[in-house]
Amino acid sequence: MPTFVYMTRCDGCGQCVDICPSDIMHIDKTLRRAYNIEPNMCWECYSCVKACPHHAIDVRGYADFAPLGHSVRVVRDEEKGTIAWRIKFRNGKKDFDLLAPITTKPWGTAIPQLSNESAPDDSMRNSHLLYNEPKYIQLDKDGKDSLHTLESNKLSLKAGVYY
Amino acid sequence: MFTINPFTELAASIPSSVMQAYVVLMFFLVVGGTLLDTIHKKSARYFFENAKKAQESASRSVSSGEKASLAIQTVTSEVLTSSEFANPKRRISHLFTMYGFILFVATTAIMIFGYSNVGDTTPGIWPILWHLGALMLCFGGYWFWFGIRVDLAAEGNPWYRFVRADMFILSLLATCTFALIWSATQGSTAGWLFFALFILSSTILFGGVLWSKFAHMFFKPAAAYQKRVTKADGSRENLPADFDLTDSAVQKQFPDIPEYMGTNPPNMGLGIKRESPNHY
Repeated sequence: MPTFVYMTRCDGCGQCVDICPSDIMHIDKTLRRAYNIEPNMCWECYSCVKACPHHAIDVRGYADFAPLGHSVRVVRDEEKGTIAWRIKFRNGKKDFDLLAPITTKPWGTAIPQLSNESAPDDSMRNSHLLYNEPKYIQLDKDGKDSLHTLESNKLSLKAGVYY
Repeated sequence: MFTINPFTELAASIPSSVMQAYVVLMFFLVVGGTLLDTIHKKSARYFFENAKKAQESASRSVSSGEKASLAIQTVTSEVLTSSEFANPKRRISHLFTMYGFILFVATTAIMIFGYSNVGDTTPGIWPILWHLGALMLCFGGYWFWFGIRVDLAAEGNPWYRFVRADMFILSLLATCTFALIWSATQGSTAGWLFFALFILSSTILFGGVLWSKFAHMFFKPAAAYQKRVTKADGSRENLPADFDLTDSAVQKQFPDIPEYMGTNPPNMGLGIKRESPNHY
C-alpha cells in the first residue's frame, strides 16, 4: 500500500523527504513537489503521511489486496498531542473516527539526559540488559536481572495449532 | 537611475509601438501557455472531479453566501499573505517575490503604454516602483535559490544543480537582475548586451509557461479555495475532524483522552516542527 502525493496540496516543504526511513520520498524535478520514487519499496510506515503539514500524502491499497474506494487518513497533531484516524469503508455506510493520545508528556521533556548518568561498569557492559530497560517489563520485580520465562510464570507451550 | 524611466530612454532606438507589441505578445503567450498547461495536465478536469467527489461525501451544504465568504478569505489569507506555507522563511521570501513581480510587471506595462515616447515626462513614482519591484524580486528570489529551496535544504543538492522545475525561478531572477543592470548601464555598449539578456530571459519567462511552474499563480488559489470548501461542507478530504479535546462530548466519545491527558490538556509543544527538515 504505497504512499502517493496530492500535487495540488503539496508545497514542496521537504518534511517527507527528511523523515522517510526508506529514503524514497523525493522532490520531483519538473514540479518541485514531493513524490514516492519507488512505491514497491514503501513499507507503509506512515511517517511521511503523519509528517506532512498539509496532509498532502495518502496511502493507496493495491487493488487485489485492499478494496478500492475505501479511505484511511490520519492527522497527527503534535501540539494537541493526539493522533486521529478516519476510516471510511468503500460501501460508504461505515465512516468513523478514532482519537488517541500520542504522548502524555510535552515534546522534548522526556529525553534521557545521558550525560548526567555515570559511565557503565564492566558488569553492566557484559549484561544482557539494555542501559535503560523499560520499567514496565518488570525485570527487577523479583530481584536483580530476573528474566520472566514461561517456566518462571508456570506456563508451558502446547503442541499443535490452536486458537 | 531609480527615478529614470528606462523605456523613455530606449524609445530613441526602439519605437514605442514595438515595445507595446512585445508586451501584448507576452500577455497572449501567458494566456495561451496557461490554457495549454490546463489542457495538458488536465488540472481543470481534476479540480471539478475532486469538487464533485467532495460534494458527495459532504455532511452539510454550503450556501452561495458562505462560498463567497470563503473566496474572500482565500484571497485575503492564502493569496495576499501566502498563508499556506508552513515554513515562515519561505512565506516571507514568497511575499517579496510575489509583490516584487506584481510591482515590476504592472509598472513596466504602465511605463511602456503611458510614457515610452521620446520626450515623455514620467512621474517619478513609476520608475521608483519599477526598480523597487525588481529589487524585491531579487531579494526574495535569491534567498529562495541559495537558501530555502527544498532541493538544497531537504535533498542536499548543490545550488548549481539545474532541473526543469528551476526554469520559472531562474528566468524570473534573470529577468529582474538583467533589468536592473540594463537600467544602470543604459547608454553604453554593455547596456545593450544586458538589454538583450533582459529580453531573452523575459521571453523565456512568459513564453515558457507550458514547461515551467508559472501557472501555479492561477491554480494555487483555486486549490486553496477548494480546501476551504471541503472543510466547510464537512467532507474534509476524508481527513478526521478537528477535535476540541476540552469538549465533554469528545471526551465521552474517546475516554483515553481525559484518562491520560486530563480534561484540559496543555499545548504539548511543536513536535516535529521544532527543527527544519534538513537532516540529509
